[in-house]
Amino acid sequence: MILDSKIPAGPIAEKWTNHKFSSKLVNPANKRKYDVIVVGTGLAGASAAASLAELGYNVKAFCFQDSPRRAHSIAAQGGINAAKNYQNDGDSVYRLFYDTVKGGDYRAREANVYRLAEVSVNIIDQCVAQGVPFAREYGGLLANRSFGGAQVSRTFYARGQTGQQLLLGAYSALSRQVANGKVKLYPRTEMMDLVKIDGEAKGIVTRNLITGAIETHAAHAVLLCTGGYGNVFFLSTNAMGSNVTAAWRAHKRGAYFANPCYTQIHPTCIPVSGDHQSKLTLMSESLRNDGRVWVPRTKEMAEKLRSGGIKANDIPEEERDYYLERKYPSFGNLVPRDVASRNAKYVCDEGRGVNETGEAVFLDFRDAIKRDGEDNIRARYGNLFDMYQQITGENPYQVPMMIYPAVHYTMGGLWVDYNLMTTVPGLYALGEANFSDHGANRLGASALMQGLADGYFVIPYTLGDYLAKIGPAPVDSDNPEFAKVAGEVKERIEKILSINGSKTVDYFHKKLGKIMWNECGMARTAEGLQKAKKEIKALRDEFWKDVKVIGSNEELNQSLEKANRVADFLELGELMIDDAYNRNESCGGHFREEYQTPEGEALRDDENFAYVAAWKYMGDNEEEVLEKEPLEFENVKLTQRSYK
Amino acid sequence: MKLTIKVWRQKSATDKGGFVTYPLDGISKDMSFLEMMDVLNEQLSEKGEDPIHFDHDCREGICGMCSLYINGKPHGPLQTTTCQLHMRSFSDGETITIEPWRAAAFPVVKDLVVDRSAFDRIIQAGGYVSVNTGGVPDANEIPIPKVIADEAFDAATCIGCGACVAACKNASAMLFTSAKVSQLAMLPQGQVERKTRAEKMIAQMDAEGFGACTNTGACSAECPKGISLTNIARMNREYFSAAVSSENV
Repeated sequence: MILDSKIPAGPIAEKWTNHKFSSKLVNPANKRKYDVIVVGTGLAGASAAASLAELGYNVKAFCFQDSPRRAHSIAAQGGINAAKNYQNDGDSVYRLFYDTVKGGDYRAREANVYRLAEVSVNIIDQCVAQGVPFAREYGGLLANRSFGGAQVSRTFYARGQTGQQLLLGAYSALSRQVANGKVKLYPRTEMMDLVKIDGEAKGIVTRNLITGAIETHAAHAVLLCTGGYGNVFFLSTNAMGSNVTAAWRAHKRGAYFANPCYTQIHPTCIPVSGDHQSKLTLMSESLRNDGRVWVPRTKEMAEKLRSGGIKANDIPEEERDYYLERKYPSFGNLVPRDVASRNAKYVCDEGRGVNETGEAVFLDFRDAIKRDGEDNIRARYGNLFDMYQQITGENPYQVPMMIYPAVHYTMGGLWVDYNLMTTVPGLYALGEANFSDHGANRLGASALMQGLADGYFVIPYTLGDYLAKIGPAPVDSDNPEFAKVAGEVKERIEKILSINGSKTVDYFHKKLGKIMWNECGMARTAEGLQKAKKEIKALRDEFWKDVKVIGSNEELNQSLEKANRVADFLELGELMIDDAYNRNESCGGHFREEYQTPEGEALRDDENFAYVAAWKYMGDNEEEVLEKEPLEFENVKLTQRSYK
Repeated sequence: MKLTIKVWRQKSATDKGGFVTYPLDGISKDMSFLEMMDVLNEQLSEKGEDPIHFDHDCREGICGMCSLYINGKPHGPLQTTTCQLHMRSFSDGETITIEPWRAAAFPVVKDLVVDRSAFDRIIQAGGYVSVNTGGVPDANEIPIPKVIADEAFDAATCIGCGACVAACKNASAMLFTSAKVSQLAMLPQGQVERKTRAEKMIAQMDAEGFGACTNTGACSAECPKGISLTNIARMNREYFSAAVSSENV
């Protein structure tokens, strides 16, 4: 298949307007004849489900949590970008577009990013109209702050819980449509597979997580708004339930998976405290505005620190290495996420880590407190300091915080064209579940923007075009394909339950996570990746021979849910490895040690790798096939990022 | 740490259920409460016993999914979510009693998992501003005084966990409902439907079987987000003023 991105012709600023005009429309009276399935109720899913229902389509919305309001978008802290230029500081749609393509290390599709920037302004209007309580100035107008990768203040926020407020806004719009009877909600229901009829997506198979019932749902189109796959690393800042299953099963039914190796590792997370750790907690990167990152200058001093022979505050100034300030004098502690993360790894690999596990660096507010006073620091970061203290039991006003990078977001995802349609006609992917807008690195405050852009302002137009073309004839829910796929789902569940081996699901998940983190995390090498591929294959074989899942299908069975998800992570992990191995360059969150500048920075190879790597599933245990979508840059000039 | 965990086990909604006691050793004080539960569950699984089911997801105190009633208090001894509670809040040798939320409107699904869909239905009854996507005014067209926006925000931080209901001797959902009613009553965007919203949400709340409010304040004292009792007072005002003047219902 030749990947057709369906980018509209014309100048970049006119593409979306022209495209909306040339898209077919569904007559208002006919919209009620169409059924649409939306899987996932985060920012992308809830906004899409609500907006499509408002238009008149019949929507079925699914989530695995007990309520749509729990989707992990709720945990986003920092804010949402929009090119409103309320600050009169030189922002524009074009600048937001440019910053996003550059921040993504020139691996995103220009036309999609431009549209994202264009509709960003509508998102803020929409959310305010819903009653989202954004931060305001004393004059009553909206406040902004600045974020990494931008020189303008374009980030709208609601204290440190912007994601929560935006999601509750979308959830309220969704709830209104549930009350109107236009959305039927299916909470505690997990998508297990995609059903295709004559090559087009026509429904899904689900498992009711309370009763275990395997059910089929037919529709004219299926939207996957199922988030990212960071939990392949076991430890990440994702919610415990976040998983790749819906996207992965769709992939196995023909949807290409794009750029799976692009993973964002966030530098300011609370370090792992022991083997019992179940998840990692992020702290806003705004902390790096005042905190200074350091480790002891020598390995010996670090060892003394780890064994309790000396306290952090007793280490004299000349024994401290403020490595970011030393290596990047102009950006200092505010280098982008990927650079900050990688350098933390380097110093810890040198044996200079500062906590018991040797995998932590200091983020020290001593000097900021001395300069600005404790009260001022409290006013800026009070809630983050409290959170840190609650989790670690240490007072960061008195001792330096300890931080370490953690997996946070996945830029890769299902390949979609300009209409957000995957390579399976009728199957769409929105939000973090698709790949299109962030290239190899996402800028802060852009995830919320993309999720809502896709759901509120893109899919209502692009889906209509497809639906108008296929016509409103009802989907035949008696088509044998539904029963066939449901049968396969049941078979797979029975297989998992029948293994009755000796190791728990978490055993496999943790092992997989370790392999991925060590070989496909912050720094990757061809050799390490090849080794990891073998290890994952072996682990997968072991899983299917020796996993132990207690209980039956016909009940609430959290072990079975986990087993289902981990089985898919075990396949996805290998594809991520393949993709990282194929990409013989470093870009954004993908850093191959073989490809770096003499100063140790990411070295892109635009000549050979300015493409989207889209992978086609070829069958169980078969090597996937790579298809390339070349990236053409007509507006943005490709340069080497430098933060010296 | 060595602990004794006394936990409510109930196979299904129709099962009678009862307490089961498990000894547990080797718990570190740095573990979160749910990580302690993970350790126990891992041990149960290894022995071939059904792990204890409980709701949890984000594990950073914001999704509102975790819902354990620990030693007689929702979310345990601290005013936080269960996932943000750490074992350093307990002492070595302690017996910890864990129950599900207890409220008629939150029926037990299994073990410690309850059905909180009643909260969704209360929001569906009117916890929104009726605007469709598109066609809304510019975000800065209506200035909102900062104090109002901040107070609306405080109400909006409710995570819908249900600790307020679990804490209340009457299992009242007034704090939850009033948080949403307040948020939208304070903002200019919520004015048009202000009266019907209060009436409809309260009607739904009653229909779900939540109890009455006697202003004892246990809900607010146990709320992990510190939602203020003022919201209940405001909702009562909204409700009475709607009752005497509503032109819609």
